[in-house]
Amino acid sequence: MTKKKLLMGNEAIARGAVEAGVKVAAAYPGTPSSEVFSTLARFAKEYGYYAEWSVNEKVALEVAAGAAYAGARAIVSMKQVGLNVAADPLMTLAYIGIKGGLVIVVADDPGPHSSQNEQDTRKFAQFAKLPVFDPSTPQEAKDMTIAAFELSEQTKLPVILRPTTRVCHVCQDVVMEEVPKKDQAFVFEKDPSWVIFPSLAYQKHIWLNEMQEEIAAAFNYSPFNKLVLKNRTGVVTSGVSYNYVREALAQLGQEVSLLKVGTPYPLPEKPVLELLRNVDRLIVIEEQEPVVEDQIIKIAWKNKLNHSISGKNDKLVPREGELNVDKVRAILAGFLGVEDKTTAEQSPPPPLPARNPVLCAGCPHRASFFAAKEAVKGKPAVFAGDIGCYTLGVAPPLNAMDTCLCMGASVTIASGLSKVESGVKHLAFLGDSTFFHTGLAGLVNAVYNNADITLVVLDNSTTAMTGHQPHPGLPCTATGVNDKVISIAEVCRALGISLVKEVDPYNLAEAVDAVREAVDFTGPAVVIMKRECVSLVKPAKICWVTDKCVGCKVCMNKLGCPALVPAGEKVIIGATCTGCGVCRQVCPADAIEEVAK
Amino acid sequence: MSQDIVIAGVGGQGTVLASRIIAEAAILANQPVFTSETIGMAQREGCVTSNVRIGEPLYGAVIPDGKADVLIGFELAETVRLLPKLKPGGTVIANATKIVPVSVATGKSVYNEAQLSEYLNEWPGSCYIFDASRLAEEAGSFKAVNIVMLGALSTLPDLLFTSEQLLEAILAMVPPKTTEINKKAFLAGRQALGGS
Repeated sequence: MTKKKLLMGNEAIARGAVEAGVKVAAAYPGTPSSEVFSTLARFAKEYGYYAEWSVNEKVALEVAAGAAYAGARAIVSMKQVGLNVAADPLMTLAYIGIKGGLVIVVADDPGPHSSQNEQDTRKFAQFAKLPVFDPSTPQEAKDMTIAAFELSEQTKLPVILRPTTRVCHVCQDVVMEEVPKKDQAFVFEKDPSWVIFPSLAYQKHIWLNEMQEEIAAAFNYSPFNKLVLKNRTGVVTSGVSYNYVREALAQLGQEVSLLKVGTPYPLPEKPVLELLRNVDRLIVIEEQEPVVEDQIIKIAWKNKLNHSISGKNDKLVPREGELNVDKVRAILAGFLGVEDKTTAEQSPPPPLPARNPVLCAGCPHRASFFAAKEAVKGKPAVFAGDIGCYTLGVAPPLNAMDTCLCMGASVTIASGLSKVESGVKHLAFLGDSTFFHTGLAGLVNAVYNNADITLVVLDNSTTAMTGHQPHPGLPCTATGVNDKVISIAEVCRALGISLVKEVDPYNLAEAVDAVREAVDFTGPAVVIMKRECVSLVKPAKICWVTDKCVGCKVCMNKLGCPALVPAGEKVIIGATCTGCGVCRQVCPADAIEEVAK
Repeated sequence: MSQDIVIAGVGGQGTVLASRIIAEAAILANQPVFTSETIGMAQREGCVTSNVRIGEPLYGAVIPDGKADVLIGFELAETVRLLPKLKPGGTVIANATKIVPVSVATGKSVYNEAQLSEYLNEWPGSCYIFDASRLAEEAGSFKAVNIVMLGALSTLPDLLFTSEQLLEAILAMVPPKTTEINKKAFLAGRQALGGS
């Protein structure tokens, strides 16, 4: 009997890499990709491969590429915006090529659920001229991972696997195959072709362009592309949209000629032409950009086929947000000219409370933001933010974030603002992991160019938002112990920053004083707010409200901690309290006490 | 035959573990299964949804509107929010407890408990509302609310897995030192719906 196991899409990709005999894995976490690598890290010792959390995606890709230069199979994983950070090595790696299979897993987040944009990695693959697989289920993601390693070695090119949130975070009963045992020695063979140079780039560019046609031709026979002809109406779909199309057709009781695309770039011509020759019109249903659609229009034009091709170009399929069965059913009903029988209407519900994500009860970032706001009270100030849990500091009542752009941009946006806005204090906020990711380069720049900014490092000793991964400032690596912990404070001092303060944000008075001193200092200054993430510690105490409470609700209205709940005219503290004691320090009636748990 | 179960809750309530447990029970019952969960920023006290789809035919992991057989609501307002996922005549199992969001505490929105309960009670199908949070605390931890809800689920007729398989999946997936609490929580959930 085949062995099946419930695996999340990301775990299935990791399993695929293990079954493919991966030797090196590297990543920087980012939703929805993080579990690809955390799973690989978990099994690294058992299956004997190397795994590292790298400081950022560019570094991760280069580490993996180095291993692949020597002939080892390597995998690197990141979220869609991580590929922007890794774009520099990616674009030229396509010219240079690799020897061992190199699979780049880039998880897209249509919606977006947990991202700052909706960029489509299939489009990026097309730009980089690299083949890309687009899985529809965890099982297919696993199968495609193995196929991607093989294709990478056949073509000598890195191959991109692009799952979306609804593959990454979907669990399925996945078939587990044997893991081959192979002991291999790898040797980097020196050759001028590893050294990119203008004249070599030109030659390699010709080769890369030729490869596009070769790969498209190979994809003509890929098992991940499936054509089923039924009638003269065609539907083409890619990735998870395939599931939505099948279910929507079943709900509508309709049949069409259906082409499922698993390799959206380079799009194979054969199945597309076969479909075009057997239908009168077709619609392309894919999430995000018209990657498949534009290529089909080109294939039709090249072959002088004058079909009506619907999709994004005639605005039948949205380019923004996630698709689902309900959206696809409405699109197909319109396209097919059939009625979309919606379910019985319920009476509209009463007003529902807004429930946006907030910082956890007792989150040290809340205390840090509150302290920083107190410190600049009465002074014009801009708070430049960054990417992490602390982006939630933007929410009321903290309202403690004026800008957020991308990883590491807090320091640099604040620096830029400081050069043009006079009489305003510029503060930048980033986390410890973001500091090492791209914040450090911005800080070096701020010192070099003497930017008058205050950097507040929200150091919670982890990469919290993506599931608590380690980083160079912690005593652990992805798979073991790190005995070379890099101190953020020491790094800042070594850069020549003369005002570097380390404080505990739970001590509000001290934290306020530290930020005030840093803000009043001319030139770059750093305050490190040091307190472990509440999800990582077991609270020793809790807070409770005594009968001294006067019902002013200052604690709730200033802090917005989810453990503080209104109870009639007063406030009570709920079970999620972690005993941080910050509300006790803001209570004007001295009505909150801390007690042992 | 197929079965769609949707779980609604607030980030931190253990909805992800609950859907994984149901999926493991489905595997024990030799059924194909899909789950889809909310992972990421919404896990910080935001609205979270888990979808579990069991049996055949099985298309994708996300349940369309008006198709779920069962809605398990871990929190009152979130149950109402996801009611459109339920098919006509579908079953609601809801925790009566409310979690007041910061937006309400700071006066930016309202939480009308009476109106929400009334609306839920008008659901034209089976609707079980009980205080699962209290039962979880009585079993030993407020965190066991997900297991109480699974206990309640296990009493429904015609599930594609047995209540024994569900309990087996629970005990395989929770930390060993919480076994006793979770056994109690599961039983409390069963009893809340008249099971034993």
